[in-house]
Amino acid sequence: MLEKREIILGENEPYIINMGPQHPSTHGVLRFELSLLGETVQKVVPHCGYIHRGIERMCEFNTYQQIIHLTDRMDYLSAHQNNEAVSLCVEKALGIEVPERVKVIRTILSELGRLASHQLWWCAFGMDLGALTTFFYGLRDRERILDIFEESFGSRLLHSYICPGGLMNDVHPNFQKRIKEFIPYFRKKLPEYDKLLTGNVIFHERSKGVGIMSLEDAISYGVTGPSGRGSGFACDIRKLQPYSAYDRVDFKEILYNEGDTFARYKVRLDEMWESLKILEQLVDQIPDGDFTAKMRPVIKLPEGEYFQSVETARGELGVYIVSKGDKFPVRVKFRSPNFSNLFVIDKLARGHKIADLVAISGSLDLVIPDIDR
Amino acid sequence: MGIKIKSMDYEDFNDNDTLEIFKKSGGSILMSTVDSLINWGRSNSIWPLTFATSCCGIEMMAAGASKHDFARFGMEVYRATPRQADVIVIAGTIVRKMAPVLKRLYDQMADPKYVIAMGACAVSGGPFYMHTYSVVRGADHIIPVDVYIPGCPPRPEALLYGVMQLQRKIKAESKKNRTESRDNFI
Repeated sequence: MLEKREIILGENEPYIINMGPQHPSTHGVLRFELSLLGETVQKVVPHCGYIHRGIERMCEFNTYQQIIHLTDRMDYLSAHQNNEAVSLCVEKALGIEVPERVKVIRTILSELGRLASHQLWWCAFGMDLGALTTFFYGLRDRERILDIFEESFGSRLLHSYICPGGLMNDVHPNFQKRIKEFIPYFRKKLPEYDKLLTGNVIFHERSKGVGIMSLEDAISYGVTGPSGRGSGFACDIRKLQPYSAYDRVDFKEILYNEGDTFARYKVRLDEMWESLKILEQLVDQIPDGDFTAKMRPVIKLPEGEYFQSVETARGELGVYIVSKGDKFPVRVKFRSPNFSNLFVIDKLARGHKIADLVAISGSLDLVIPDIDR
Repeated sequence: MGIKIKSMDYEDFNDNDTLEIFKKSGGSILMSTVDSLINWGRSNSIWPLTFATSCCGIEMMAAGASKHDFARFGMEVYRATPRQADVIVIAGTIVRKMAPVLKRLYDQMADPKYVIAMGACAVSGGPFYMHTYSVVRGADHIIPVDVYIPGCPPRPEALLYGVMQLQRKIKAESKKNRTESRDNFI
């Protein structure tokens, strides 16, 4: 005889659901395994590997000039910074000093890349919280930066422009003019971002006090970049170990101590102002000279282990190269910022609702191919 | 007589011969009149699935945003669930772990469904063709692809051109040859 029983799912025991791999608010193919009690998140288990392309393995079969084309595809929103990391590491190993012109142009490109990345993050974050207008405003300004990139490098997103020894080719003659046009344009548009989202009451309700990360958590999980700086963790590689032309520019490291979603949002918006400040200082100071140092066509690194880290738009990217004196590296390891930033999400999301999990993962600004490589 | 898309001349498109053969293999006169009306409706409201694995997804977003504006082709409504989508734009690399998920997404979509392979990775594996153990070399190993868009990543204009090609394909097809192309896919 069958007995009728009423079972209410998730009432007493955790209810497991999957979020992803195809989910619009994970910004790619990330999968969260959520353990829910009602609508409250008890536990988040992130699953990686849905876009694991084996880039570190591929690096072992490619020369150092070819590797930079793979690093573009890792964190595609910080393509310039990723190229710069490998280039700086190879130059450090060879003991090459690049021309001043290269250093300044690299710094300008890094900051332009950071601006484009933060703009895209801003519109995606707004969309996560239900504000579709941000999508159109953010991408409108981003196109202006992409136009500058396109004129000089021929591509919009993945440039492979910074290479070991310098740059692929010289910048377009209009390069300086276009940036000078862009800076006042974006200075005028940035307050619009504040008007649209920062002062919005609904946005405040969704972001203030949500997903608080303490300074201890940020340090122990290795959360770097704007996400870490929102918790007061001074981790800006541009300040700690200045590379390229960062030692001669004046900018502020943005730090907030609240550690919530809103603090991480504010850090990125303020960083856009700082990036504009850096661009303004450097755009008139591009010295004349060669766009590349004298390099041999085949680069062979001396035997040893080399490490170099740069600050991408998402945090510290470290490149670790082991060489046996051959033209191919023996091992390349990337310390990617997103991989470290991802795993703190379990700590942040516990006790919040599912909707807040979307806000938290959006505020960490994850790029999934950089997690899986 | 060619297939007209948005005041663009028939000769401006490439690969017209394939389309003519495709069109000729259609059904009777009555059926083709009904088909042409249905196809006109279908081709002008293709709703894409929000599915982006990597870099090409950013260009797909850019194509949907202010400057390039997808909406001119009836494609602005990104759907988050495959059950409401008509076309799946495979924007990015498909790796072995993702392949079953992609197949499942495709199976969940309602007929008629179309696939656009956007970018070198979805076309053939692209930059990740050699020396890697995890990448599926082309999305057409898993699901049948209608339109291929090369580039790494393709410009938004290239995606728009691919969408127009898909619209032309939809306008040329009839019920018979649509199911045929699917059945022949192993």
